[in-house]
Amino acid sequence: MVSRGLKRKLWNRFMLALTVVATAAALVPLASILYYVAVRGLPALNLDFFTKLPAAVGEPGGGLANAILGTIILVLLAGAMAVPVGILTGIYLAEFGRGRLAWTVRFLCDVLTGVPSIIVGIVVYSTVVLTMKRFSALAGGIALAIIMIPLVARTTEEILRLVPQSLREASLALGATRVRTVRSVVLRSAMGGIITGVMLATARIAGETAPLLFTALNSRYWPGGLTDHIASLPVYIFTYSTTPYEELHRLAWGAALILVVMVLTTSIAARLAARRLNGGR
Amino acid sequence: MVGKAGRGKIKDTLFAGISGLAALSIIFIIIVMLYELVVGAGPALARFGWDFLTGTRWDPVREQFGAWPLIYGTLVSSFVALALAVPLSLGIAIYLAELAPPWLREPVAFLVELLAAIPSVVYGLWGLFVLVPWLRTTVQPFLGNTLGFLPLFQGPPLGMGMLAAGLVLAIMILPIITSITREVLLAVPSSQREAMLALGATRWETIRMAVLPYGRSGIVGAVILGLGRALGETMAVTMVIGNRPQVSLSLFHPGQTIASVIANEFTEGFNEMHLSALLASALLLFVITLLVNILARLMVWRMNKIPQGVSRE
Amino acid sequence: MESGKPGRSIARRVTGILGVLVGGILLAAVACAPWGEERRIEPGGKPPVHLLGVGASFPYPLYSKWIEEYRKFNPHVNIDYQSIGSSGGINNILRGTVDFAGSDAPMTDEQLARAPAPIFHLPSVAGAVAITYNLPGVDKDLKLTPQVLADIFLGNITEWRDPELTSLNPELDLPDMGITVVRRSDGSGTTKIFTEYLSKVSPVWAERVGTGTSVEWPTGIGGKGNEGVAGTIKQIPGSIGYVEMAYATQNGLPRALIQNRAGRFVGPTLETTTAAAAGAAVQMLEDMRVSLTDAPGEDSYPIAGYTYLLVYRDQHNQRRGEALAHFLWWALHDGQEHARELLYAPLPDNVVKMAEAKIKEINYKGQPFIE
Repeated sequence: MVSRGLKRKLWNRFMLALTVVATAAALVPLASILYYVAVRGLPALNLDFFTKLPAAVGEPGGGLANAILGTIILVLLAGAMAVPVGILTGIYLAEFGRGRLAWTVRFLCDVLTGVPSIIVGIVVYSTVVLTMKRFSALAGGIALAIIMIPLVARTTEEILRLVPQSLREASLALGATRVRTVRSVVLRSAMGGIITGVMLATARIAGETAPLLFTALNSRYWPGGLTDHIASLPVYIFTYSTTPYEELHRLAWGAALILVVMVLTTSIAARLAARRLNGGR
Repeated sequence: MVGKAGRGKIKDTLFAGISGLAALSIIFIIIVMLYELVVGAGPALARFGWDFLTGTRWDPVREQFGAWPLIYGTLVSSFVALALAVPLSLGIAIYLAELAPPWLREPVAFLVELLAAIPSVVYGLWGLFVLVPWLRTTVQPFLGNTLGFLPLFQGPPLGMGMLAAGLVLAIMILPIITSITREVLLAVPSSQREAMLALGATRWETIRMAVLPYGRSGIVGAVILGLGRALGETMAVTMVIGNRPQVSLSLFHPGQTIASVIANEFTEGFNEMHLSALLASALLLFVITLLVNILARLMVWRMNKIPQGVSRE
Repeated sequence: MESGKPGRSIARRVTGILGVLVGGILLAAVACAPWGEERRIEPGGKPPVHLLGVGASFPYPLYSKWIEEYRKFNPHVNIDYQSIGSSGGINNILRGTVDFAGSDAPMTDEQLARAPAPIFHLPSVAGAVAITYNLPGVDKDLKLTPQVLADIFLGNITEWRDPELTSLNPELDLPDMGITVVRRSDGSGTTKIFTEYLSKVSPVWAERVGTGTSVEWPTGIGGKGNEGVAGTIKQIPGSIGYVEMAYATQNGLPRALIQNRAGRFVGPTLETTTAAAAGAAVQMLEDMRVSLTDAPGEDSYPIAGYTYLLVYRDQHNQRRGEALAHFLWWALHDGQEHARELLYAPLPDNVVKMAEAKIKEINYKGQPFIE
């Protein structure tokens, strides 16, 4: 009996230790990725990287300034389309949506979140690019927006649902209209959460590559109009890393560093903000 | 006064209408998506029928398209990822929810979630230049020498291949499974634990017999959500899987997934039938991820419907 | 209504944020076009023109160089070439999403029939595909006949000490090893040229595998891009594969000598590729969709091919069409000088003449750009 008790105890220790090992193991790839992105990316960063256009293949020098600008433009474009639509959809789901239509929309939102982003890319290619007969920043922005809308919508809905019903009732009882209630009571208390959601969604789409391959394509010049093809950091990372040129690999690491810094600061800031909001309540 | 109230009402209706329109846009997007995929897939599906699912030849020259090697590659790389990620995620979630000192919980959970924020293409870059060489020079020769008798670990050590894809996918889905599982475990009422501990069970026994079974459907849901992500992942997989549509038992061999074949071949579609076959594969992937996501959400919903009892939150 | 005031301020903030977002986009959108272009307008220069081309990766280093050089003299012409593969080039020119396309494989009759308007094939340079290998202890060039080469890639010859190989290479000490075939996993013009050659010399290959940018390989492992194939060959002793010539030369990989139609064993070099182009030039077709594989001529290397620029004869935009025609003309003449330094074979004179005639036909509403 004693030995059985000992065995149980040892087993207990062992299994608990395993969970610690698992946790440590998960942090190894994170550390490795951040380490390599920093160590290989940093040497690639210099003034040229941020101010110059890519050089001809096989020639040294050049930068990815157009890709940095391109990524910012694509994200803003996507945001301009997705944020209003997403927030309104969220408001509809939380405040007005009843019955079958709301159920369908909520369900399709989840479906859309799960659709692989490459599929969004080919659909936007077939509809927007082939119609306009041009690869364009607009098409890229639309593809990213399609990925962003359900993310924003569902976060908005969830945040709005956290707003106590009593607040709404109080406002309505005071004679406020629905619009006014939503605007001044519900949105007011949910604003922080929604902004957090939007920031997280932004971070997510900034790194998307697959939807841009067939829509925004790539460019070695400064971004032109909305109907011109446009450069972006993720696409440059992909194309440069699969070429045989060392110089381009170096630039790919540099681009990865910039992208990771952009994405991580956005999402860390969002998370910290969320935490402060939650803590404050 | 009446006028004001009337205006308010009109505003209300207008606002509800506008938000409803926004909501309808989601339905519109899905319909357009399905329409494009179905119409595009039409010629290939009409020509090959069910053989499209079972055929093993992907031959753009002879216009013979069977998606089985792609389906196989998609499933195998995803299951390798699950096999690696599920035990790890469970371990992390248990540690974070049950064992870790309180001051450590949030920071570690935060770090694990950072993994989810890193863009797919950066995983690909890291996989291509760090993971693949390491697999080629260290891991695969070792596995080949020790476990080489298993069909899983045979063939030349190329680095690129199923194993690399599975590993990268495992890292990518780890934060998803971990964070949901952790939430599920946190939602298990502490009365469950206390009862077991009072009976003299060790902590591990408590976790295994009281906590995990209670959260089972939620955990399964988390795993399936992770699977959904792995099935559709494109860039990182394309960069490390070796891109060859073949059915092979060995994880050392290159493979191809539905998503990676689209990324590789969609711009270079050889002929109309090739493009149609690619769209048919996309449709297939769409349907698979759709089913997987529905299943996952059903599981998580079921978990949420369990009466909460004395929640720890 | 205590919440009234802060409520309104929140609402204002929402509108403010949305406003800033939308405003930012509009600003970016409106500002971008002129902003991007202003940069490119030289004082007193012409307004900028943008041309987009996509396609073959094989000539990408050369085109990239061309564009750079051309811009030195024509700073208002912004040409962008994205290498996405030959078939991608053909697809996009057919759909009209690009101004020109690059392809190592001429378009098929079926593809040309799908085109909404006549498309010209303009050869830009010629290149060769090298057969490279990893044989420890072998320091002289391996010799291969077309038949043996086909048998290796068909999986019929699987050992380096196969009598077929040892009798061809009596002076080499071939290792006692199995042969590992390495080939491209992605759709590639290099593959197209190589499989076209095998189809010409081996009826069995033509029957079983055929010609294409990506084919169903009887054997072997895949590497992505020329780099992937070369890297894999370096890793695996006993392997053999094919890569684009310039790439093999730059990386110091061994290159097998292939028996050509004249019966001589020839390695891939600038000279032998030029010879192949000259050999095939004799029977150049009017539409220039000609193959250089298995070309006649004493010194011709048999696994070679032209890479093409594909353009519409009838342009729909006067300025873009004009810029394109002038760039093509430049590439055909001044551009050829850059080819040699990057190890591409320049076009034979009679091919240049034929291409000139085609460029003169490029027009806008019946008005050619170059008289």
